[in-house]
Amino acid sequence: MNVVARASPIRRLGGAITADRVIGVVALIVAVVAPLLFTTYFVSAVLTQALFLGVVAASMIFLSAYGGMVSLAQVAIFGIAGFTLGNAVTTNTKGLNLGWNPWIGVILGIAVATAVGLLFGAIASRSTGIYFLMITLTFAVITNYFFGQVTQLSGFGGISGIRAPAFIGQPEQHANRLYYVALGVSFFVYLLIRYVVRTPVGLSLQGVRDDPVRMSSLGYTVALHRTVAFGFAAFIASLGGVLFVWWNGHIDPASVDLGSALDVLVIAVIGGLLRIEGAWLGAVVFVIIDTYTRSIGFIGDRFHTLIGLIFLVIVLLSPGGLMGIWASGESLVRRRRLPRATGIERAARGTAEPEVGERV
Amino acid sequence: MRFHAIQAQLGRYLPPAVVGAAVTFAIVWVCFVATNTTFGSAVHDPTDFLITVLNGITAAGLYFVVASGFTLIFGLMRVVNMAHGSFFLLGGYIALKLQRHWVGGGGAFGLTSDQVTLRNWVLPALIAAGIVAVAGLATQQMFLRWNQGQDLRQALITIAISIILADQMLAHFGGIAEDIAWPRQLDKFVNLHVGSISYPLTRLFILALAVAIGLGLWAWMKFTRTGMIIRAGVDDRQMVSALGINIQLTFAIAFVIGSALAGFGGAIGGSFASLAPGVDDNWLLNSLVVVIIGGMGSLGGAAVGALLLGLVTNLSATYLPSNYTYYSIIFTFALLVVVLAMRPLGLFGRPA
Repeated sequence: MNVVARASPIRRLGGAITADRVIGVVALIVAVVAPLLFTTYFVSAVLTQALFLGVVAASMIFLSAYGGMVSLAQVAIFGIAGFTLGNAVTTNTKGLNLGWNPWIGVILGIAVATAVGLLFGAIASRSTGIYFLMITLTFAVITNYFFGQVTQLSGFGGISGIRAPAFIGQPEQHANRLYYVALGVSFFVYLLIRYVVRTPVGLSLQGVRDDPVRMSSLGYTVALHRTVAFGFAAFIASLGGVLFVWWNGHIDPASVDLGSALDVLVIAVIGGLLRIEGAWLGAVVFVIIDTYTRSIGFIGDRFHTLIGLIFLVIVLLSPGGLMGIWASGESLVRRRRLPRATGIERAARGTAEPEVGERV
Repeated sequence: MRFHAIQAQLGRYLPPAVVGAAVTFAIVWVCFVATNTTFGSAVHDPTDFLITVLNGITAAGLYFVVASGFTLIFGLMRVVNMAHGSFFLLGGYIALKLQRHWVGGGGAFGLTSDQVTLRNWVLPALIAAGIVAVAGLATQQMFLRWNQGQDLRQALITIAISIILADQMLAHFGGIAEDIAWPRQLDKFVNLHVGSISYPLTRLFILALAVAIGLGLWAWMKFTRTGMIIRAGVDDRQMVSALGINIQLTFAIAFVIGSALAGFGGAIGGSFASLAPGVDDNWLLNSLVVVIIGGMGSLGGAAVGALLLGLVTNLSATYLPSNYTYYSIIFTFALLVVVLAMRPLGLFGRPA
């Protein structure tokens, strides 16, 4: 473990110019200058939305790629952060109307969501695979019903008039400010996940993913690793929830219903459940389809049929999603030049990408 | 050393102790205290307590019908059919449309039970179950069969199907809640001769159906050749097919029966409550909770899980103080937490 952990920064510093990195840097540059290139509508409705949905999807992909857990509760956590923030900062609407400082609301929202995430994680931590998916699905639906039924906190109408802190202003007037905040948060989340998976805890989490029995006999507490990973993912999802309520100004139980939970799953699967970058790629694709196909005559309101079909095709044909397609193309090229990377080398790279044809 | 020993003891005895204390408190609360609730304690108002318990048991009947299909499919094939709720809603809508078509009329307020004969309830329900069974079979043959053993991928496939089905049902059947009319023979109250309780016959009918289906499934599993193969397949699929048994045929049969139960449950559920978008999510949740509590793949577990869920939801809605009845959803969650804390595989679950 330690050898691998020490080796990885060296590999990272010896930065060869690969197609991956070039595309990554280009995407980042485009994202930074996007407000100059695109209309305000596109920046606000498409890109900002894609960024915070990408943050939530990244928390799901983190759990899936590095913890081997596919969680449907990420949207519930995102909603818990949003509802907590809404209850804390608003006045004259549904909920508790505490009217506190926006930053206290943010901290409280993130803290509550992370705490609930740790609780959910502790409950689900002894299950894996498909059981984990089912248990987190029940968490998602119960959270939705909870906010629908408990009128003291929300009720079906939800909470309106949630404002971002003054320097961000109203998204309607200053679309770019919220966009850059969302971009900054996304970049931070990306780097944070990349960092965490290289730490000893991150590496032993990947050990737990690959062989829980062996890790347990080596003295690692499997359930604790899963719980902590879930709590960390909850923290990331809660950042997405904060961005969402700032962007939307409103949150109601429908924002966290099963449909929304599945939307984020669709984003993660379109992007690919194996690489963090896929979260934002999937989110951009999803939001663009969502925004622009509704005006196409024969699709119209049947957007979800279309997205369901795309989802079905991706699951059937490319389990690695769009990032998987990219990876298979890339490794086809690479295989001609280099011998196949061994498992240890892949672990050292800190990525969970499997070789082509490997089962998801 | 000493500390670790104490810690280990705590880890073993603390969860059961906490759960035991909580359950004891709940029983004492319902039986003797229950201040500020709708009816007061069970000792104070035994009639309404009995009605609440009966409501819980009859609701459990419907939970069982739907969840037994889910658990049958899971137990044999390890397929978590996330489209189970959609199949439920589809069955309900088909039965509704057939009933409206045969009886005629309906209008904005739907049919009343006076207009509906027993035949006009039973036939639509059975045809709906049949059509949903075909839909289930098609799903299994087209998408799931060649992904055998990849359980996550299969779950994602059924999620995709549920997204498509939910959207198509919204397009074809609209977003307004509608319900199937009970036949006139059933839509009345019967005197139970216990504390002069007058109880809806339809609820007892649901319970009777559930018991009949449960016994039928049990007998099928226990005494028929297919049932034996299914039980063997639950324990060791590869061995069964190595013995020259056509396991694919058994898979198809299990999927047909499981989906038919979802469709039939939808017809009952559409008469018992109503059909609308979102009902599918609700029933997927119910089925999941029932089988997670009971242990996935276990028929008896599904019965116990359904009973627990039915009783907990009904009792918590009645016996929470009036200002807090909205929190009853927490108790579904608490039930799940309690069971999973003690038995991660559910009450009757066995490792795969």
